Amino acid sequence: MASFNFELVSPERVLFSGDVNSVVVPAAEGEITVLANHAPFMSAVRPGVVTVDGGKRLFVRGGFVDVNASGLTLLAEQAVAVDEIDREKLAADLKSAEDELKGATGEALAAAEDRFAALSAMMAAVRS
Amino acid sequence: MPSLKDLRNRIASVKATQKITKAMQMVAAAKLRRAQTAAEAARPYASKMETVLANLGAGISGADAPKLLAGTGSDQVHLLVVCTAERGLCGAFNSSIARLAREHISKLQQAGKTVKILCVGRKGYDILKRQYEKLILDVVDLRSVKQIGYANADEIAKRVMAMFEAGEFDVATLFYSQFKSVIAQIPTAQRIIPAEIPEGAGAAASYEYEPDEGAILASLLPRNLSVQVFRALLENAASEQGARMSAMDNATRNAGDMIKKQTQKYNRTRQAMITKELIEIISGAEAL
Repeated sequence: MASFNFELVSPERVLFSGDVNSVVVPAAEGEITVLANHAPFMSAVRPGVVTVDGGKRLFVRGGFVDVNASGLTLLAEQAVAVDEIDREKLAADLKSAEDELKGATGEALAAAEDRFAALSAMMAAVRS
Repeated sequence: MPSLKDLRNRIASVKATQKITKAMQMVAAAKLRRAQTAAEAARPYASKMETVLANLGAGISGADAPKLLAGTGSDQVHLLVVCTAERGLCGAFNSSIARLAREHISKLQQAGKTVKILCVGRKGYDILKRQYEKLILDVVDLRSVKQIGYANADEIAKRVMAMFEAGEFDVATLFYSQFKSVIAQIPTAQRIIPAEIPEGAGAAASYEYEPDEGAILASLLPRNLSVQVFRALLENAASEQGARMSAMDNATRNAGDMIKKQTQKYNRTRQAMITKELIEIISGAEAL
């Protein structure tokens, strides 16, 4: 199987860089699997799980994916390996986000909704 | 003529100062290494972002371009985001950024533009408020932040974005110090709104977009703003430590010189006193 270069970059560091065979990305309009020699493609990314070569799983939150001749680049606002997520802390965060969501109005509501959606996606990633 | 006790006290106090400056230099060196690694780690994201933006921006121009890219069409009101350190004792680091900002302000004011200032970091505020207190909108305090994270930059960028959307300014410029080396930090002014699109190879590849070009660009541009601010903050952090390191190195060396001089003076005075006493004893004995 042909391999291609995959880079997962967050503002603070490069999380993954190397040759891979396939990457599943949670794109804006549904999950896509990118294989080698994919046509140039650009999309926003939903909070969700990126699966590398069917094994390594990374949770990303917000960002962009850029596929071109030189490979696949994922610019993630936040990214963390699923194995490294602290379940207890996540559960607590999720709970506080839920409470926040109940009390929020106006602009704060949108922010709280965002946070809640991201955290629940993270939770789903940990559970699956 | 200072007495021996005075000299001894002075030497002791300079020695204590030297110890402090030496310690500060070493702390700055350690912090510098960390800041430099952080700045380097952030570089791939920023450069990838630039490539993506160059690809996208080449395709979109004219009337459909979002305001963040094309500007509001006027340049009457300027916002200056001045990033400085939270602490002093780092040579000319803060004052050189403030000087650059001041030059810009007077140039803009002469051209009849309105200037607004957002200070990031306490020190820049302290310097600028003497002259431009009325122009300063707010100060972002990062004193409690140990390691600058993307979240800090994002917060500042969001604030700038909100002001831009409310039509409070037309052009935003970011002031920070670019880190070249430990002895060279270059104060820099960078325009962030409207965004400067790097001249890329152009939209060579025919991309497929999902959802569509406009939507992606619209969400990419605010993010780019955050990234630019983040990069500026990281560069600043590295520059600050570099400047502090060389300033403290100088201070330590100066203290060393001073100790040497004072010790010499102390010894000479001591010797002179002994000689004087000897002469007194001898001439006293001769008189008998």
